[in-house]
Amino acid sequence: MEGEALIKVDDVRHAFLSKTGEEEVLALDGINIDIARGEMVSLIGPSGCGKSTLLNVVGGMIAASQGHVLIGGTPVKGPRPKDVAYIFQESALLPWATILDNIKVSLEFQGVPRASRDKIARISLTAVGLDAFGDSYPHQLSGGMKQRAALARALSLRTDILLMDEPFAALDEQTRMIFSEDLSRLLANEHKTIVLVTHSLAEAVFLSDRIFVFTSRPGRIKAVLNVDEPHPRIPTFMTSSKFNDLRNRLYELLRDEVLAAIGKDRQGLA
Amino acid sequence: MSGASSAGQALTLRLSKSQKRLSLLVKIGVLVALLAIWHLVTVDEFVSPFFLPKPDEVLRVFFNIIVTGQAWPDLKVTLFEFALAGPIAVIAGGAVGFLISLTRYGTRAFEPIVSSVYAIPIIIFYPVSVMALGIGPESKIAHGALFGFFPMCLSTIQGFSRVDPLYIRLAHSTGASKSQLFWRIMLPAAAPTILTGVRLGLMLSFLAIIGGETIASLEGIGHRIVWYAEGMQTGNMFAYIVFVIMVAVLMNTALSFLEIRRGRQ
Repeated sequence: MEGEALIKVDDVRHAFLSKTGEEEVLALDGINIDIARGEMVSLIGPSGCGKSTLLNVVGGMIAASQGHVLIGGTPVKGPRPKDVAYIFQESALLPWATILDNIKVSLEFQGVPRASRDKIARISLTAVGLDAFGDSYPHQLSGGMKQRAALARALSLRTDILLMDEPFAALDEQTRMIFSEDLSRLLANEHKTIVLVTHSLAEAVFLSDRIFVFTSRPGRIKAVLNVDEPHPRIPTFMTSSKFNDLRNRLYELLRDEVLAAIGKDRQGLA
Repeated sequence: MSGASSAGQALTLRLSKSQKRLSLLVKIGVLVALLAIWHLVTVDEFVSPFFLPKPDEVLRVFFNIIVTGQAWPDLKVTLFEFALAGPIAVIAGGAVGFLISLTRYGTRAFEPIVSSVYAIPIIIFYPVSVMALGIGPESKIAHGALFGFFPMCLSTIQGFSRVDPLYIRLAHSTGASKSQLFWRIMLPAAAPTILTGVRLGLMLSFLAIIGGETIASLEGIGHRIVWYAEGMQTGNMFAYIVFVIMVAVLMNTALSFLEIRRGRQ
């Protein structure tokens, strides 16, 4: 399947009605992205640039106003639970169910037969190092562990594609670093195709093969950075000069856009 | 948001064990203090025994009522009325609340209406019930059902409409069917709020039935209290008052227990 994109975003444009009603807001414009099988891609940009919207268009959770997304050659017309798994900003673990049951419920929704759910759920819990916490409830886990459990749930769905919407946002700095390293190691074995929405320059560089930098609203692709580094990424990569160069380059690209986004907000306030 | 609230939850769970004993002691203490005050104000007839009989007198009559089964005919009527009114309130309130919660428009339009009706004194409709259905149990059943309907309906609307949208997105992204979404996500997420509605609905339904019986009735516990009051038999009256309080407290305790157990899950 070399050369053929697993995810193809074809000239996507998306507008929505503003909260006050009549005004139409253009969120995304002229987005073209090809993502190869096994590639790890980050979408980064100022708040409100539409990167999360694009993730939801790819996942079939939002229908784009124009253009379309192809996964494996077929157009996305709604959620594709066999192809796509999500990791949300907050863990989205159901508080009334144990960690194990949380995973099993998603497997049930996906249509996995009852007999194999328990086994699949336990395997993925072991993969993220939470095998001892299957019978715990979400509120008994730390933020990092909850996000790990959410990762286990996403892995258990055995999809080719993993969409991550700021999965680190609710975690503290140190937990984020460790989680990034774990993620890189785990995903190197899984050969999944990943789209990550993030605000963090370091995470984007540390995890991605390619980074798409978005302009402030309406979101357009401003630049694409290649991170030519094998997976799994190891902690020393984070202190290398290559890492720093890429991070600084990303910062330069983003700085103007963030300023522009803040400026627009100020105008809106005035 | 969820981080802070779950931390708070864990904290209360941890504290609850040592606090349970303390709160039980406080409850018993309040009860003993009330009895002591009651005893002190009546022992030297500081308050006339005609208005407030001595506690030992009331307790004697109370046990007499229980032992002889004297309260049974009235209790049977009241319980029969409640056995119909309570479930009607819960089922009708739950069904209407669920239908309203199905659309965002319905929630926006009807939630304020239901909650404002909840705020008006529904007792003013009791004469209408009596006029339409007579002075027998039917008017109490209708009144009790009406009283319990609104809190149940409101809690059901709130329970279903405030389900975290993230859970719904998760369900959609993993391919949940409509019935899976309802049984696996919506219902368990809304259950604690709905159970509060069940408790409130049943309690208010019971209160409304007792209240209705005191206003216009020929039988039932509420009627018996008024009957003894009009007959100047305050000992009997207070014994029945204690009886109603005991029934209400028992019911509330049983329903709270159900709510807490479900909430912990």
